[in-house]
Amino acid sequence: MSTLEPIEPLEPLEPLDLPQPVDAPTVPRGSGRLWAEAFVRNRRALVGLGMVAVIAAFCFIGPLLYRTDQVTVQLDLADLPPGSGNPLGTDASGYDVLGRLMEGGRSSLELGFAVALTTTVIGTLYGAVAGYLGGIVDAVMMRVIDTFLAIPGIVLLLIMVSVFTPTLWGIILLLSLLSWLGAARLVRGEVLSLRTREFVQAARMMGGTGGRIVLRHLVPNAAGVIIVSGTFTIADSILTLSALSFLGLGLPPPHADWGTMLSAGLNSLYDGYWWLVYPPAAILIVTVVAFNLIGDAVHDALDVRLQRP
Amino acid sequence: MPLLEVSNLTTHIRTRRGVVRAVDDVSFTLEAGETLGLVGESGCGKSMTGLSLMGLLPPGGAVVGDSSVLLDGRELVGLPDRELRRVRGNDIAMVFQDPMTSLDPTKTIGHQVAESVLLHRGCTRAEATERAAEVLGLVGLPHPRERLKDYPHQLSGGLRQRVLIAMALANEPRVLIADEPTTALDVTIQAQILALLADLRTRLGMAMILITHDMGVTAGHTDRVNVMYAGRIAESTGTDRLFRGMRHPYTQSLLASVPRLDQDPSVQLPTIPGRPPDLTAPPGGCRFAERCRYATDRCRTEEPQLTGADDHRYACWHPTSGPLPAGTTAAVPRPDGPSPSPSPSSADRPLLEARDLVREFPVHGNRLPGRARRVVHALSGVSLELGPGETFGLVGESGCGKTTLGRLLVGLDRPDTGTVTLDGTDLGRLRGRELRERRRDLQMMFQDPYSSLDPRMRVGSILREPLQIQGIGTARQQKARVAELLTEVGLPERGAELYPHEFSGGQRQRIGLARALALTPKLIVADEPVSALDVSVRAQVLNLMNRLQAAHGLSYVVISHDLAVVRYLADRIGVMYLGRMVEVGSADDIQLRAAHPYTAGLLKAVPVPDPELERAKRGTGISGELPSPVDPPSGCRFRTRCPLARERCAEEQPVMRAFGPEHTAACHFPLSTPLADAAAGRLNGGGVPGSAGGR
Repeated sequence: MSTLEPIEPLEPLEPLDLPQPVDAPTVPRGSGRLWAEAFVRNRRALVGLGMVAVIAAFCFIGPLLYRTDQVTVQLDLADLPPGSGNPLGTDASGYDVLGRLMEGGRSSLELGFAVALTTTVIGTLYGAVAGYLGGIVDAVMMRVIDTFLAIPGIVLLLIMVSVFTPTLWGIILLLSLLSWLGAARLVRGEVLSLRTREFVQAARMMGGTGGRIVLRHLVPNAAGVIIVSGTFTIADSILTLSALSFLGLGLPPPHADWGTMLSAGLNSLYDGYWWLVYPPAAILIVTVVAFNLIGDAVHDALDVRLQRP
Repeated sequence: MPLLEVSNLTTHIRTRRGVVRAVDDVSFTLEAGETLGLVGESGCGKSMTGLSLMGLLPPGGAVVGDSSVLLDGRELVGLPDRELRRVRGNDIAMVFQDPMTSLDPTKTIGHQVAESVLLHRGCTRAEATERAAEVLGLVGLPHPRERLKDYPHQLSGGLRQRVLIAMALANEPRVLIADEPTTALDVTIQAQILALLADLRTRLGMAMILITHDMGVTAGHTDRVNVMYAGRIAESTGTDRLFRGMRHPYTQSLLASVPRLDQDPSVQLPTIPGRPPDLTAPPGGCRFAERCRYATDRCRTEEPQLTGADDHRYACWHPTSGPLPAGTTAAVPRPDGPSPSPSPSSADRPLLEARDLVREFPVHGNRLPGRARRVVHALSGVSLELGPGETFGLVGESGCGKTTLGRLLVGLDRPDTGTVTLDGTDLGRLRGRELRERRRDLQMMFQDPYSSLDPRMRVGSILREPLQIQGIGTARQQKARVAELLTEVGLPERGAELYPHEFSGGQRQRIGLARALALTPKLIVADEPVSALDVSVRAQVLNLMNRLQAAHGLSYVVISHDLAVVRYLADRIGVMYLGRMVEVGSADDIQLRAAHPYTAGLLKAVPVPDPELERAKRGTGISGELPSPVDPPSGCRFRTRCPLARERCAEEQPVMRAFGPEHTAACHFPLSTPLADAAAGRLNGGGVPGSAGGR
């Protein structure tokens, strides 16, 4: 470690005016805050965020306030219409529908967030490395992705879940394996354009290593597309889980989830048991719309951030 | 009656921050056949004035108040869009700045030129195409009929700009608005395009509004000038009078801050401090007061109106008379280095030495089997040396290889053959860790102040990063060093807490320079350090570069297409053409005693802010365009554009010959006599200069 050589003080330059911060000078307006401002200004984002908060509270805090038995089958209580004691009625096994929605939402949200997190991390690193290194490495890494993409996802999922007994973590792993590909391609595309920017060259000029450039410069600047792809992944995985469950290949009992509820409810639809279909369908739609709203809003906020002052 | 009469033009643009008064009460007239210049810094409203006339304002923009635009007595403001469309492209046409983005890449140029004819003339497609070929020929596109089916990407920047002009001219408009028509082009091409515009104006009897920030272009190609500042006209008069007897201090400062070819490099350039006011809330008094050297209390409270005789009006309470006297500028001598520019011959060993650098890039795409791989010859054997504390300038048109050379010199790229030696170490042999540590001595200053700083890092982190990477000092020392660096480049220490987007272009360029200085390098390669900046800010950055060089004994390699900038900074200059160095010499050698015809042509093409000089040299620049570097001409690469070229130039590659102690050029038929020939001539009692073989 070498020490600093002192710089001789020079005569002062002509005074230069700095941009005067509009608010308190101690709180500099960072790109993060500007970005947050743009996000807040966007109505859709707030609505989406509010909806997600309500759903999360419903699924995680709800069961603490509204206790139901979702484990013991009580056939004497089967298929009760909404009424006192069961605000949304009960299903064929005598489970309370409202309580089951909360239970099912928990696994859906857990799955959505877990898949989004793993795909984002893997996809981002993979895509950033491929984009930064370029050339042959990039070509090989992208062909790997193309190969994976050629496998029809839903078929692979169906085979895997019918061969092995699905668990929540097993499905998370499978969905992550399938959905990091898109994130990786998106990030690579972004990095391809970012790496030609002069600040990346400047980092190389300082002697910065490839790892540092990827982690300190490229990934933070690609954060926008990463977040957008992450929020859409949450919605997609929740939908995929529901689809699997709907086909009867979802999480085994005593796990509950919205897809299973829907498919069970459909069988009873002709009996007039509407409360077994509409509630899970509605909450599924609301959840997916909420995450898509956030994704859209982040996408728009990003455009604002790219504007020059 | 004037052809175009603009009065009280006021344009407001609604944004989220408030209403921007982009053009504020602007009045002027334009006679048939004359060229009016609109000049000023960026953001002064000159482009907005042009767009307001065309009714092409951006979203949120509107012409308001009692604005009036009379074209031949017909009011254009408030005209319904359907009728305005008939005027646009027909009576008033516009040429935009960037030929790369102003043409539709998916349509042929013939189609695009014909389109505007079809829209306005109600003729058949065949007639329109005929007309397109005619105007493309008029703007000097070679073989226009064969090129009608060409797509924009098949044309060079200069030719695209000609196509744009053809589109504007297709309907013989009466007014042509040219918005920075040559800013994106090389000086040589700029001279050609401006000459073309002037020629067309006289032939077609158009009136032209030339919007530009370049005082040199203004001097040579306008009859009258409106100087704009902060949305208003500051001064309006004939071109000659403006340059010799300007009355507004803004005009005076603007002109003084432009580095000229004949600038004395030993004195600092005068600068305009500060930046233009925020147009959402313009200051109450004179808008220039804050930056004006003559401002008094009256200027800050009372807004001056345009006054003076009809042929020279200005808005100022304390008008000046003429350019800044030389005395005021000479009073600030440029600081001298610790050892004033030692020439490489006198130094024991050059700091940096490049030998026979060759760099070729493969051409991507359609490689047919059996055909040789095609390469771009970016550099074909370039050598240079640089002493400690010296500044070497590299000039040439874009595509001549100067940026590639800069990247090789700092080790961002490796040469195919040849060596770069820094202080006796061959950079090409260094790998990994060793190379990363060696980077300390070599830094780069980038062109675009908007992309050279990571937008997601605070300025403090940006400046600390090099120290962190190289493991220099503790966190506390690093922070102290950041504060020192900021002070050194003239920014307050508080700036460390801000993000790059909160600074102006010039301030960002200072931050870029501070970052390059953080590791106390020996050499900084500055690639177009000021070309993205406004003229008034350019001078500040150039002065700062000089000051820092003197304080730290830095060596610079300055890469620029702007000969005046290079001339101001550099001790020695290298002129590059198509991957080869064609002439190297001291700044004076190059400017006063250029031996290579290319250098001479380049010098002529640089616009000088002096109306008389500028008009005198019209049409004498370099003709043609840079040949493809994929397939460079044999022998001397300049021969295809050289007025002196003969057979020998195609057959034999000229070698560097000495014309002075440190002046060399590679030309078979140079403009002055090489030293060896002169000596031989004296011995033999005569000889035809230039005809004797140099080998």
